[in-house]
Amino acid sequence: MTNNDWYNALEMRHGAELQQKFSSACVAVCGLGGLGSNTAISLARAGVGTLHLIDFDKVDISNLHRQQYAVSQLGMYKTDALKQTLSEISPYCNILTYTLKLTEDNLSILSHCDVICECFDNAESKAMLVNGISELYPVKYIVAASGMSGLHTGNTIQTKRLGKRLYICGDGTSDVADDGTLFAPRVMLCAAHQANTVLRILSGKFEI
Amino acid sequence: MIKVNGENVENIAGKNVAEYLTESGYDIKRVAVELNGDILPKSQYSDTILKEDDCVEIVSFVGGG
Repeated sequence: MTNNDWYNALEMRHGAELQQKFSSACVAVCGLGGLGSNTAISLARAGVGTLHLIDFDKVDISNLHRQQYAVSQLGMYKTDALKQTLSEISPYCNILTYTLKLTEDNLSILSHCDVICECFDNAESKAMLVNGISELYPVKYIVAASGMSGLHTGNTIQTKRLGKRLYICGDGTSDVADDGTLFAPRVMLCAAHQANTVLRILSGKFEI
Repeated sequence: MIKVNGENVENIAGKNVAEYLTESGYDIKRVAVELNGDILPKSQYSDTILKEDDCVEIVSFVGGG
């Protein structure tokens, strides 16, 4: 499969104008757990041109119940493992990996991205990224997530918009500290909201 | 009257955002605040005084991902 084969197939599905928008876009996925691994796969399938994958952690056996990794990838950095998986799905996607912990001090690595997906699991890290990007790069779009734990109904996972450039997906309330754990489908629902929101932003549809 | 998360709240005009968040039980390390349509930078919470007709949305992030 050549790059042309791949591009033509996407163009046939999405139309030339929309595919051009996806292909020229750069999206960052911050955190490659249940949310980030699923979000990145959807974005790669849609033909988003450049993905920045950011995570400091390695694939652990406890991740397999909801994150898009395989047994053969146990012990690998999530950045490397997800890049490997994406190369089988979307070999011509330009993937940059950053194996590090994002903090207020290194947010500048996101300076080239049009849209930033907040896919962390820690509440304080989520708030740090959303507030840090809003302050440092007020023109960037942020698609965050809050509340997708437990085995609650899937019908409460929604996308909310704050200000002009911040979107928050999830039910807003289910905290893994209370629910004890997360389940693959509910996390995937939330990740699907995130990826869908990114594609809508890239296509120029900003309303929710 | 000041609207917070869609509800009218009385007697908070004059407080700064940091004060209001703390008094209302929010953990400032977990929130993002929209004030009148824009995300309010965290560094401005203490200097931003709530005034009549303000519209505030507060998101308190929860863990899981």
